[in-house]
Amino acid sequence: MDTLMLSRLQFAFATFIHFIFVPLTLGLSILVAYMETKYVRTGDETYKKMAKFWGKLFLINFALGVVTGITLEFQFGTNWSRYSMYVGDIFGSLLAIEATAAFFLESTFVAVWVFGWKVLSKKFHAACIWIVAFAANLSAVWIILANGFMQNPVGYVIRNGRAELDSFYAVITNGFAWSQYVHTVVGSYVLAGFFVMGVSAWHLLRKQNIDFFTRSFRIGLGFALVAAFVVAIQGHSHGNEVARLQPAKLAAMESHWETGRNVPMYLLSIPDEKNEKNSLEAIGIPSMLSILAFNDPNAEVKGLKDFAAEDRPPVTLTFLSFRLMVGLGTLMIILTVWGFLKRKNLLDNPGYLKLMIWAIPAPYLALQAGWAVAEVGRQPWIVYGLMRTKDAVSPIAASQVAVSLAAFVVVYLLLAALDIYLLAKFARKSPA
Amino acid sequence: MDLGTIWFILWGVLWAVYFILDGFDLGLGTLLPFLAKTDDEKRVFYNAMGPFWDGNEVWLITAGGVTFAAFPATYAVMFSGMYSALMLLLFALIIRGVCFEFRSKVESPGWKKLWDTCLFIGSFAPALLLGVAFANIFKGIPIDQDHIFQGTLFTLLNPYGLAGGILFVLMFAHHGALWLAIKSEGSLRLRAFAMAAKLWPIMAGWIVLFLVFSMFATNLFSNYLRWPLLLAILLIPVGGLVLTKVYAAKARAWAAWAASAAVIGGTALFGVMGIFPALLPSSLSPAFSMTIENSASSPLTLSIMLGVALVFVPVVIAYQIWNFRTFRHPVTKEDLDYEEAY
Repeated sequence: MDTLMLSRLQFAFATFIHFIFVPLTLGLSILVAYMETKYVRTGDETYKKMAKFWGKLFLINFALGVVTGITLEFQFGTNWSRYSMYVGDIFGSLLAIEATAAFFLESTFVAVWVFGWKVLSKKFHAACIWIVAFAANLSAVWIILANGFMQNPVGYVIRNGRAELDSFYAVITNGFAWSQYVHTVVGSYVLAGFFVMGVSAWHLLRKQNIDFFTRSFRIGLGFALVAAFVVAIQGHSHGNEVARLQPAKLAAMESHWETGRNVPMYLLSIPDEKNEKNSLEAIGIPSMLSILAFNDPNAEVKGLKDFAAEDRPPVTLTFLSFRLMVGLGTLMIILTVWGFLKRKNLLDNPGYLKLMIWAIPAPYLALQAGWAVAEVGRQPWIVYGLMRTKDAVSPIAASQVAVSLAAFVVVYLLLAALDIYLLAKFARKSPA
Repeated sequence: MDLGTIWFILWGVLWAVYFILDGFDLGLGTLLPFLAKTDDEKRVFYNAMGPFWDGNEVWLITAGGVTFAAFPATYAVMFSGMYSALMLLLFALIIRGVCFEFRSKVESPGWKKLWDTCLFIGSFAPALLLGVAFANIFKGIPIDQDHIFQGTLFTLLNPYGLAGGILFVLMFAHHGALWLAIKSEGSLRLRAFAMAAKLWPIMAGWIVLFLVFSMFATNLFSNYLRWPLLLAILLIPVGGLVLTKVYAAKARAWAAWAASAAVIGGTALFGVMGIFPALLPSSLSPAFSMTIENSASSPLTLSIMLGVALVFVPVVIAYQIWNFRTFRHPVTKEDLDYEEAY
């Protein structure tokens, strides 16, 4: 394998592992903050125990998020130096702002929160975890604005042989980026809700600490229920933007080959990239793809054949990832609605509780699949329409990257396994 | 002063602040196997860094981010050129970062030993690697006319680079010993002071040696010959060196630590101002160096980033100082019994 392919694999792997931990941080910080606020408001000790119990899981997860995050910032320089030179004027500043304005805040106050239970006043201590939650979600703003520039570059001019900033305002009001932000962050809230529900279900099935975990379950449920609907509805409008701004990605998401109007959507299809067609198309809903993409049954949807072969993203991976994301999203809506109907008598529904334990991985897979659509679907571009991925890689020896990739795989998998082991261990403990 | 120069200075200051702040906890981790005898003493080490280490490390992320934002071409050449060294640094920081959260989560001597070892390696290796990297930056690395690095990891392991690595390890260990003196009590505190006293002459001697070596191995002094007033920068580390000894002898831990911070920050600034206006000199030809001129971002980006820095950095400094004040007390037995402690 060459430096390019190894670097792509390394970046993909490092990002995927990092993103196992980030969504839980984004959502669980808010839930813990909510629980502690309830404690401060009502004086009910159960809420304090909740903040501590879920807070501990939050921290175990947070540690891995931090250490896997550092590498990402540096990988642009190590593996994508030509990219860094070409767009650093814009992209680099967004990352620097993230560190200065958000990550400092998060890292400092998470420590204050851990060590401050006895040192700080109750109110101030609760404020610290709100600061952490705010900073984590603010951090995501800058990171996704940076990614948004790669998806839909705006606010730049080509000058001095590179993309230079022309309008900072345009970069930070990039609609496509904000739409990705909402989709990602609210999706992360679904994940946090499912995490809390799944762990609570495990305890409820064993009839332990029933009051504590019933309340926890309901908090997770309320959060996930609202979030799951927001993700779906907002996801539709995000899809419209993809259709408008990244037509090749949209075509790959649906494995749609021939340009046409009144394009149906097939619930079942199998892409055949080699022969530029689908080897199977079944259960079509007339005009559905036109409607989904442009809210108009007559709308023309460009097919993959309209793009030169070298401008097309990998179809099968994009297509399958998209299907997986939407399928799991639908499943999670059903599960949360079902839970809402049964919320008053959870203990009488062991089947549902059992299902919710097994549903913990669902939002994780959905989020990873969603990012696979965004990133794989953007190929062959590293910055859409502006710079190709193959032109972005560093002029370094493939052997160096092969060694570091191997090290990443070993170290990250080991640490991820340890982290999941610790999460499972502490999730099964009784709240102190 | 033009924007490029302002950012060059800020860039140097950011690295100096990072070295000062992460320096003490990298130093503490390096000293762990030599100073901590019992499990409780080891836990004092972890909890002495507990409220600070993550915030300290964000200065590295900021220094890296600012290099990317203000001097993208330097960021690109520096990080891809020193690929293997940087990867080693990252892996060391990764295994170090999880130690805090992981160590006390399982009650088993083997488990704890594992993380103590990771903390040591994850502290010693970054101190050494940062020193090697910065000494090589002071000296210049082989980058050609296309800004492509012509060397390997072993190119960086030259005598001057290694001398820089040892310098950083010594300065950080000394700095860490003084932090331990601040954050511990009883016999551990006395041993911390004793360690600082033992390290001081070695460190002082090595700094002198490094400066002399720099005269022969680098062009660092040419700027100082051109603008002799700049030599005043040397007063920071030299003054710090004297004061840290004086205060440590009086058992004034905070003052000694602050003076030690001046040693580290002053040494870093001395090197950085010596390479101005290059950020990454080429050892092949000065014409191939990465400089302010050929690597800075556009004036628009530099001014927006300056605004961001002027607003946020003082705020960050304010709440980090507040954090240091809040958790300034020594780690007591009671603190170790605190259920959230590491």
